[in-house]
Amino acid sequence: MNASLIVLELAVVILGLVVLVQDWFTPAKDRRTLGFGAVLGVAVVLFYSFFAFDGTETLYAFGNAYVLDGLALWFKRFFLLAALLVLLMATEFSDRFDAGQSEFFALILFALAGMMFAASANDFMLLFVSLELITVTFYVLVSFLRRRVESLEAGVKYLILGALSSGFLVYGIALIFGASGTMNFNDLADKLTNNSALGHKPLLTAGILLVLVGLGFKMAAVPFQIWAPDVYQGSPTPTTAFLSVGSKAAGVVLLMRLLGTAIPDLAFNLEKLLMAMAAATILYGSLCAIPQRNLKRLLGYSSIASAGYLLLGFAVMNKAGSSAVLYYLAGYLFTVLAAFTVIAVVVQQAGAEDISSLAGLAQRSPLLATSLTLAMVSLAGIPPLAGFFGKFLLLKAVIAEGVRWHAYYWLFAVAVVGVLISLYYYFGVVKAIYWSKGATDLSPIPVSLPTKFALLVCIVGMFWLGLNPDGALELAVEAVKALKLTA
Amino acid sequence: MSLLSAIFLLPLLAALVVLCIPRNYKFVIRLVTLGATLASMLLALALFAKYNAAPVENGFKFVEKHAWVSVSALKLDIGWHLGVDGINLGLIVMGAIVAFAAACVSREIKRLEKEYYILLLVMTGGILGAFASLNLFFFYFFHELALVPTFIMIGVWGHGENRNYATFKITIYLSLGALIALAGLIALYIQSGANTFDIVELTKAVKARPLPLAAQSLIFPLLLFGFGILVSLWPFHTWAPLGYGSAPTATAMLHAGVLKKFGLYGLLRVGIPLMPDGAAAWLEILAFLCLGNIVYCGLVAMRQKDLNLLIGNSSVAHMGFIFLGIASLSLVGVTGAVVVMVAHGFLAALTFGLSGALREKTGTLEMEKLGGLLRQIPFLGAALVMAMLAGCGLPGFANFVGEAMVLFGSWRAFPLVTTLATWGALIIGAVYMLRAVRNILHGPEKSEWAALKDASAWAKVPFVLLLAALLLLGVWPRLLTDKIQPSVAAILTMANAKTADKAPRPSDVKKAVGEAKQRAVQPR
Repeated sequence: MNASLIVLELAVVILGLVVLVQDWFTPAKDRRTLGFGAVLGVAVVLFYSFFAFDGTETLYAFGNAYVLDGLALWFKRFFLLAALLVLLMATEFSDRFDAGQSEFFALILFALAGMMFAASANDFMLLFVSLELITVTFYVLVSFLRRRVESLEAGVKYLILGALSSGFLVYGIALIFGASGTMNFNDLADKLTNNSALGHKPLLTAGILLVLVGLGFKMAAVPFQIWAPDVYQGSPTPTTAFLSVGSKAAGVVLLMRLLGTAIPDLAFNLEKLLMAMAAATILYGSLCAIPQRNLKRLLGYSSIASAGYLLLGFAVMNKAGSSAVLYYLAGYLFTVLAAFTVIAVVVQQAGAEDISSLAGLAQRSPLLATSLTLAMVSLAGIPPLAGFFGKFLLLKAVIAEGVRWHAYYWLFAVAVVGVLISLYYYFGVVKAIYWSKGATDLSPIPVSLPTKFALLVCIVGMFWLGLNPDGALELAVEAVKALKLTA
Repeated sequence: MSLLSAIFLLPLLAALVVLCIPRNYKFVIRLVTLGATLASMLLALALFAKYNAAPVENGFKFVEKHAWVSVSALKLDIGWHLGVDGINLGLIVMGAIVAFAAACVSREIKRLEKEYYILLLVMTGGILGAFASLNLFFFYFFHELALVPTFIMIGVWGHGENRNYATFKITIYLSLGALIALAGLIALYIQSGANTFDIVELTKAVKARPLPLAAQSLIFPLLLFGFGILVSLWPFHTWAPLGYGSAPTATAMLHAGVLKKFGLYGLLRVGIPLMPDGAAAWLEILAFLCLGNIVYCGLVAMRQKDLNLLIGNSSVAHMGFIFLGIASLSLVGVTGAVVVMVAHGFLAALTFGLSGALREKTGTLEMEKLGGLLRQIPFLGAALVMAMLAGCGLPGFANFVGEAMVLFGSWRAFPLVTTLATWGALIIGAVYMLRAVRNILHGPEKSEWAALKDASAWAKVPFVLLLAALLLLGVWPRLLTDKIQPSVAAILTMANAKTADKAPRPSDVKKAVGEAKQRAVQPR
């Protein structure tokens, strides 16, 4: 056993506990500082991760259930960065938490630990436990504003559908175990290679499909997307932000492990299914976003569409697609967190989440207006921002497969239609910022220093990934080397 | 920073500078914009003066190359590669001059000036960068960079009730066109087997091993219609008059004049030389679509009551000549097409600039409400008459040279289309242009315009500049054609040689088709 590998996760869990304990000794008016403490702690862990591991070799722990390789490390840093920015946002937001500020910070840290474990899952057991850790903490985070009906409604919806999908997931894992006799990803792959009859067992196929249901729920992919808009709308904004970045990425990394490590020989059988899911998810997300007037709900649908673009990278099932997925996710992190940070501040000021509350934002706070505009432009996939290069890589991977099978050209066409539709609603937001009439309140919006910092990080990230993709892409390519994929 | 990159990086840097200037310093913001576009124009003129037609390897001069993204595991290699030959030289110079003129006429903008000038500078940098790039990725990248400010500028600073509809229409049409073209470019990258977006490398690879016919006949239509939508090829042109009618003056000048040429340039630089067999199947169809532009849009222009819509439609009509010249695949015709591209850039900028000035003074562009204006505004009026005459192809202006060359060049390939196009150009063009002149400038004086003042000395600068360019190239076209011709000849050798080679060796073609089919149906 090599328990020293989980030092990053341990550090995060301990940080969460420290925040909880420190809460007893901190007077109510100072609890905000705990948030900054948590930010600092996460920053230290993130910093330390670059010294502790380099990800060049694959290390195992806990009977091969836990793996630490380039992919795991990439995602751990991704989650840490996301949590850092979300905690900054939560600290800003914290005076609205009457249910306790420190608990909110601690829960985010626990969810973060779950995500980091998910990044290293190499066994269905760890996959399930880490997913549950994420999901259960999110049940609380979603319904944290307990005096708001919307928040409670979102919590109940998330609880019921989350529990249902967990049920599917466990059932699937049980079937896989029943068919193959193993829970470990490496063992399962070996058994599939050595025994080709195993791959044709209906029981195993059913198990894999049920696991796919559970992961599809996490990613908010059609047809498991029903919860997303309601939950995004009802949750406190920092929760929504973490849900859309962290929770989705956890689904992505687990799906990568499942397809790339556990069942690489069977993954091609899922090609058509994944293509259909990608196309349906892109279209559903884009089309349903058109009539939305609530900002968070709009981003909920946009996040469904993004899940569709990510699935494109899974459908092509090769290294180009997977590294494109990582690149897209990295851009998505900065983009979505910038958007939600702005929304958190604006909503706090206006008390409404309607798009019309953005009216006059260009005069009220140029920084917020610029950040949100850049985020929308990046989400729409327009150069020179991160979203463009991410979508470019994904689409390029799809077209490259078109040589093999023409259906990929149709998939590309669907993606293009999705991009076109998305321009409409993303520009609708930009339009509201700059040229909507009837802005009654033109008082400047104060932006605190931490928020400014978070926005600056996001803006730099969006431009960096858009203008200088070389290094980041190299990292993504290194990370997906851990998967058994064709070049 | 070399001369070529300075031309388009200066405006982009100026955009960053403007970003840092507080919004109350409007004069400084305007000064920085004017300074940057002026400098970029002077540099472009210097580039033009330094350029000589002496042959060089690969045909490109002022070449600049850096690595940007190179990931061997993904076979992804995107490099920064700039260079000019006779074809994009004229476009860059024209673009830089129009950009300066556009910055000059931007005085009409009275709100959110800071954002406006940032977008104008980004648009300028994007346009010039797209024409200077020899890498398809950056070619596309810079075009998108210029396209997005266009949409925002129309939406925020546009005119008229149709502004919102026009913004969405132009956004969706042009994004669709750009994405279709992107699909074609990526497919080209993959099918060529060269794994490069570099135009020079791609050309070499295709010369060594032509693209399989199946690939050509898939990719060429993608590029033709993708780029075609961007250039308002009939019947995908309806965004153009509406968009230009609603756009702020400078945006209409830059888009109609310069950015729109991107699609034509892409077709000429990439589509025709790299996919001659794919092109062969489509050029005849393209020639008939040109008639849609020239005749149909000309007729639509005749019915317009609003000056901006008239100019917008006539600008769409002029695109037909360029397409016709390209479709002819003759040296005279294609060279003429490039001349029209440059000339129409100046002309579109001039007409939209003048109509913008007119709107600023009178508050309307409805031709029935205007009348007898030549007495009050002799300079603007005379410039408008000249622009209109240039638009219907009067000798002495650059447009005449280009259009005449196109018609000479296309006669052999498409006699019927050429005959009809000549009619369209001469009769229809003359009817709507001269009627506009009569309605706006001649006729009885109307009392409401009695107090109208002519343009001030400073406001005359952009129009004088554009008119001078049109006249200079009109009386001395060799200034341009001598530079264009060798580059066009190189492209035409590739476009025509392939079809000629094919005749004696049909077996090769069959083999290529078979291979392509095999590749297409091969299971993993």
